[in-house]
Amino acid sequence: MGHFIARRTVASAISLAFLVIAVFFLSRLTGDPTDLYLPLDASQEVRDNFRELNGLNEPILLQFAGYLGDMARLDFGTSLRSAEPALAVVLQAFQWTLVLALVTMVFVTVAAVILGSLAAFNVGGPLDRVATFFSLIGASAPDFWIAIVAIVIFSVGFGWLPTSGTGSIWHWILPVSVLFIRPFGLILQVVRGSMINALGSAYVKTARAKGVAPRPIIFTHALRNAMLPVVTVMGDQAAGMLNGAVVVETIFGFPGVGKLMIDSILQRDFAVILAAIMVTAVAIFVMNLLIDLAYALLDPRIRY
Amino acid sequence: MPDPILEVRDLSVTFETARGPVRAVRNVNWHLSRGEVLAILGESGSGKSVSANAVMDLIDIPPGRIDSGQILFEGRDLLKMTPKERRKINGPRIAMIFQDPLSHLNPVWTVGWQIEEAMVIHGTPRAEAKAKTVDLLGKVGLPNPAEAAAKYPHQFSGGQRQRVMIAMALALKPDVLIADEPTTALDVTVQAQILALLEELQRETGMGLLIITHDLGVVAEIADRCIVMNKGEVVETGTPAQIHGAPQHPYTQKLIAAAPGKGQMSDSTDGRTPLLQMRGATKAYGEVRVLHGIDLDIHAGECVAVVGESGSGKSTVAKLITRLESATGGTAMWNGEDLFTMPQRRLLEVRREVQMVFQDPTQSLNPRMSVRDIISEAWVIHPDVLPKPRWRDRVAELLEQVGLEPDHARRYPHQFSGGQRQRIAIARALALEPRLIICDEAVSALDVQVQAQVIRLLARLGREMNIAYLFIAHDLPVVRDFADSVVVMKSGRVVEEGPVRQIFDNPRQDYTRNLMAASLDPDPDVQAARRRQRQEMMA
Repeated sequence: MGHFIARRTVASAISLAFLVIAVFFLSRLTGDPTDLYLPLDASQEVRDNFRELNGLNEPILLQFAGYLGDMARLDFGTSLRSAEPALAVVLQAFQWTLVLALVTMVFVTVAAVILGSLAAFNVGGPLDRVATFFSLIGASAPDFWIAIVAIVIFSVGFGWLPTSGTGSIWHWILPVSVLFIRPFGLILQVVRGSMINALGSAYVKTARAKGVAPRPIIFTHALRNAMLPVVTVMGDQAAGMLNGAVVVETIFGFPGVGKLMIDSILQRDFAVILAAIMVTAVAIFVMNLLIDLAYALLDPRIRY
Repeated sequence: MPDPILEVRDLSVTFETARGPVRAVRNVNWHLSRGEVLAILGESGSGKSVSANAVMDLIDIPPGRIDSGQILFEGRDLLKMTPKERRKINGPRIAMIFQDPLSHLNPVWTVGWQIEEAMVIHGTPRAEAKAKTVDLLGKVGLPNPAEAAAKYPHQFSGGQRQRVMIAMALALKPDVLIADEPTTALDVTVQAQILALLEELQRETGMGLLIITHDLGVVAEIADRCIVMNKGEVVETGTPAQIHGAPQHPYTQKLIAAAPGKGQMSDSTDGRTPLLQMRGATKAYGEVRVLHGIDLDIHAGECVAVVGESGSGKSTVAKLITRLESATGGTAMWNGEDLFTMPQRRLLEVRREVQMVFQDPTQSLNPRMSVRDIISEAWVIHPDVLPKPRWRDRVAELLEQVGLEPDHARRYPHQFSGGQRQRIAIARALALEPRLIICDEAVSALDVQVQAQVIRLLARLGREMNIAYLFIAHDLPVVRDFADSVVVMKSGRVVEEGPVRQIFDNPRQDYTRNLMAASLDPDPDVQAARRRQRQEMMA
């Protein structure tokens, strides 16, 4: 197991190295970095100063070496907007995204697993019909539209909930709810399908012949077997949220990494963009590692 | 005979399917007493398992429906009880074991946990259940029972897994044990051990044992009484000796007649030209050596059977000949060329002459291709065999040759029965006019009567077209009827080889003799003799 984690870490470090290189050369490929950093109407004098200051007149390989050195020291540069180290800015935002993603995924998982399992136990029953109907709507609803409609109804209309910010628990309800809908619909469908398979399996027949009651059959015998595909989709959805729930964060003015990235791109805060790319890449690597470990935990036949 | 403990009266069950209602069993009656072994004998689709599933409340309603009947357990009708009342009977009073213990054990829990659960849900304290689990595992003959309890199902062999199932079923000392094809997936020697274990435990506990099987040999070995089912109805009831010696119903007569192992054995085929000469073939996966130098000769038109238990390496031999796997060492000369080292381009040409028929025609035929496409695909790969305009006629010819209708070409595999699908697989193999067909357990999954038909078909095609067979099988009676010579394999080595008469009438090696003694014969008298022989060998 330890060996596996070490191997995966090395493999991920190599991927990260390629990402670092790609980011540097792509930023150069798209043209003069001064265009990237400075406003369109910057004067020639400002541009020349900027070049001199940032060593952009040096040969490209020398610039690359300097860039690699910065990366190795986790020095992504300074945010143009806040004049703080870019990494600190990103980590600050990332904390918010992490909590948002975690809270949402906990709700999604609990709700989808319980409802999906019960729906699968009685396929075609009333619960199954209702759950399937709403999960299909949820999985296909556009979140920017739901977010706006939710603001119109609950914040503007009833005045129950704040429209944006993070001040109190009330601020979290709308972002979490909107973020909840799509993964919930998707994962519920996966749980239901996977559970129908598991409940039809031979070992469930054995459990029934032993006299096991329906509830332990669902949650002890079938569910653990049915969880592998569910964990895969859950990981995929969680990775999407860690990347920044861009739309939801932007609409609700939530200070997460998604909103930070959009703002930084609009303001040409290249150092912050770079740091955000690296932080989310590392987060997704950790995420995937956790999924692989979850596989081994769920299924004793999987050993690394 | 004491009063029956379990009695099925006038039971009729219907399943709603997409093609309309199917009556799975009609007015079935049987009864089982304490201390008795009752066998229900039937082929696939005979409804032999349906009444047992009804006893265990394993029939899902819908799509199932119980139209009429009673299931009396100690005089009380199970069908009138609530699900909760029936769960109290399942396990402590009536227990069941199944075919294929790997899929019937939960892969994600330890076997110890699964056995404990059988006791805990019926009120045994956890600690007591834990201790008892270890006892039970020892009793069913697993080595190191304490360690075994902490293992998962995939860490055991097939026979050990069935022992685990038996331990679980017997945990609460049930009055009735239902065993649904308990030994079908197992090797012959393991089968004999499991049946002996069941018999011993039954004698010890005095429970009633119901065995559901398709195998006349199992009936002859273990049953006191037998009922024969066909198309959902009981056609005959009697002792194994009555059923085998004087079958009354025409169906039973046909079934007994189709049982393999009674035909004329082939005589030696010396002096023919060798088609394939394998010398010293070895195969290793990393450090694990699965074949330790196999010598094998196949002559034109000859049927060479390779027999052995699972893990003996018999299928690996087939994979090496077809180069589905590459050999680690040795040679296999085919027309003066070595199959093992031949370049890919040449291999494609040779593959035309060596075809395969697999065990499970449901899996080996592409369900989305019509029969015509399945058969003519061979000519797409080998375009020089037959010009395209002739494909249609040739498919029709081949289908007739294997006993199907020419207009079956338009249909898809799921529209055929298992035996018909295997005929399609044979027609596909014949399409390239091969000189050698490798049959890897090609008839093992088929019912006895269908099996006999397919074997006759293979034999006829072999004679007419001078095709040689490499017939990989674990079922000795079939081998006895079909093979010209036999190779017995064990743990990657050839133990004994020779003409079929010599191997069956006069085996030289102990291992071969053991294999023969463990194989079950449909005749209860023969079976009794074998059982004595087996006990002598053990003593």
